[in-house]
Amino acid sequence: MEAANPSGDLSAEMEVDAFRRLFPLRFFDRHLVESIRPDGRPLGRARDTTLALGAVASADGSALAKIGSTTMLAAIKLEVMTPATESPDEGSIAIDFHMPPICSPMVRPGRPAEAAPVISKQLSDTILSSGVINLKELCLISGKAAWMAYLYPEERNNMNLKVDKLWNFMITIVDIYCLDADGALFDAALLSAIAAFSHLEIPVVSLDEDGRVVILSQDEGLKTSNEPVNAEKRKLTLSDIPFSLTCILYKNYILADPTAEEESVMETLITVVLDSSYQLVSLYKPGGSVLAYTSALQDCIALTRHRVQELKKILDEAMSEMEVD
Amino acid sequence: METLLFLVDGRTPNQLRPLTCSRNVLNRIHGSASWSQGDTKVVAAIYGPKSGTKKGENLEKACIEVIWKPKTGQSGKPEKEYEMILRRTLQSICLLNIHPNTTTSVIVRVVNDDDALLPCAINASCAALVDVGIPLNHLAVAICCGVVESGFVILDPSKIEEQKMKAFVHLVFPNSVLSVLPEESLHVGDEAKEHGLISSVTHGRMSVDDYLHCLERGRAASAKLSAFLRKNLQSQVPSNT
Repeated sequence: MEAANPSGDLSAEMEVDAFRRLFPLRFFDRHLVESIRPDGRPLGRARDTTLALGAVASADGSALAKIGSTTMLAAIKLEVMTPATESPDEGSIAIDFHMPPICSPMVRPGRPAEAAPVISKQLSDTILSSGVINLKELCLISGKAAWMAYLYPEERNNMNLKVDKLWNFMITIVDIYCLDADGALFDAALLSAIAAFSHLEIPVVSLDEDGRVVILSQDEGLKTSNEPVNAEKRKLTLSDIPFSLTCILYKNYILADPTAEEESVMETLITVVLDSSYQLVSLYKPGGSVLAYTSALQDCIALTRHRVQELKKILDEAMSEMEVD
Repeated sequence: METLLFLVDGRTPNQLRPLTCSRNVLNRIHGSASWSQGDTKVVAAIYGPKSGTKKGENLEKACIEVIWKPKTGQSGKPEKEYEMILRRTLQSICLLNIHPNTTTSVIVRVVNDDDALLPCAINASCAALVDVGIPLNHLAVAICCGVVESGFVILDPSKIEEQKMKAFVHLVFPNSVLSVLPEESLHVGDEAKEHGLISSVTHGRMSVDDYLHCLERGRAASAKLSAFLRKNLQSQVPSNT
């Protein structure tokens, strides 16, 4: 392998950083032979993950998730709406994923990242396919109004003004902002969305004279004569929660939780989403020069199972910390 | 045992819908192909290789650009996702080093959508790439499998059948190999080389075993599809006499 290439002589003398930029594949190969990665992790280990719930005080539910340096902020806002006639007792969820220029030098103000709409769609497919949110729970009064979950940017606070003019219009808007893109974007985004849903509290509502549903804020509840429809703020029950792990397939190696550098050098990615009862919600492999054989797929699924347990623990700890407050 | 043994149009679960593939369907285009499975029909048109790559792309490789035009309406997020999956799948089958610093544009137009849209588009683009004459290392053969509640797997469901399923999977395999080399050299580990998976996209929830069954059925179907492609693409080569 080292015979015919001109870098063979230079590699002994070159600085590590230069070698890393000029010959990235060879740089990684040298590490993988020793079963380790440039940041010191063993091949199957994911980066340190932290979750902080309630990061955005003005949103009805929010969470900040960090996997290594990849940071995602998810915020949920609720608005009232009249449900669709074909499913009169179900609310709906709209998820949007944004990659502002802050997240990566590749994204510039005039050129939106091409990954953003793709991850956005993947997230909404995953959350809907996994059935983690029971849409019937988003219903206030059967047939009259339902909550629709929207994922929506924090900046659009003036949307609240429109709510007063809109009749019975409640939308759950879930907005996920990528604050730092360092690989494994889908994993971090899914984790932050799920954490935001588990933090979400549906506020107290009541019907006013015209039969419209209005949100009661804390102080109003005492003053108005209207009966609140639901007595207290309630949380959504989440059934089997989906967690994901992205792996890279490179020659015979499987690297879990890649950084952005690893993703750009070794392009074959595979994302496995398992829910907490280990059912497969999604196995996503968008092309890539390395073919995945059954043994590799089973290894990825096994790594994901392990990761599901880790993430479950992290989510439970974050939620119990919230309750203590 | 299982009441859904016959699908709406009288097929057994193991049968694919009727396939047709024709090349060179459009004039003044470097290469084109249309592919239909049952009622789903997709036309792929290819321009290229043209000189120059898009900004920021690797200059030592050819660049593939995909534009997906839906049957009705504007291009939105689902179209962007299809474009990305198609692009990455085609990048893995083309020999990109042969034409560095060029761009090949693949335009996919949906003529009719009766489900299995992504597999149809992948098959059509592959046939169009053969029509243009871009060097490939293997063809991509795409198939859709659906999983019913009981775990039973059905191949190539149509829209009506899809609504009754709990999950479906789009799988892309390389085409099966007809070779004079001895069997052992075609195997990687315990598995034949053509059983590797190029792409996979799933919708809905299923158990891991269901997915592995889908993989097996998909592989068997891809062998049939490869035979179909081989016959179809060979017969259109013009004779030199």
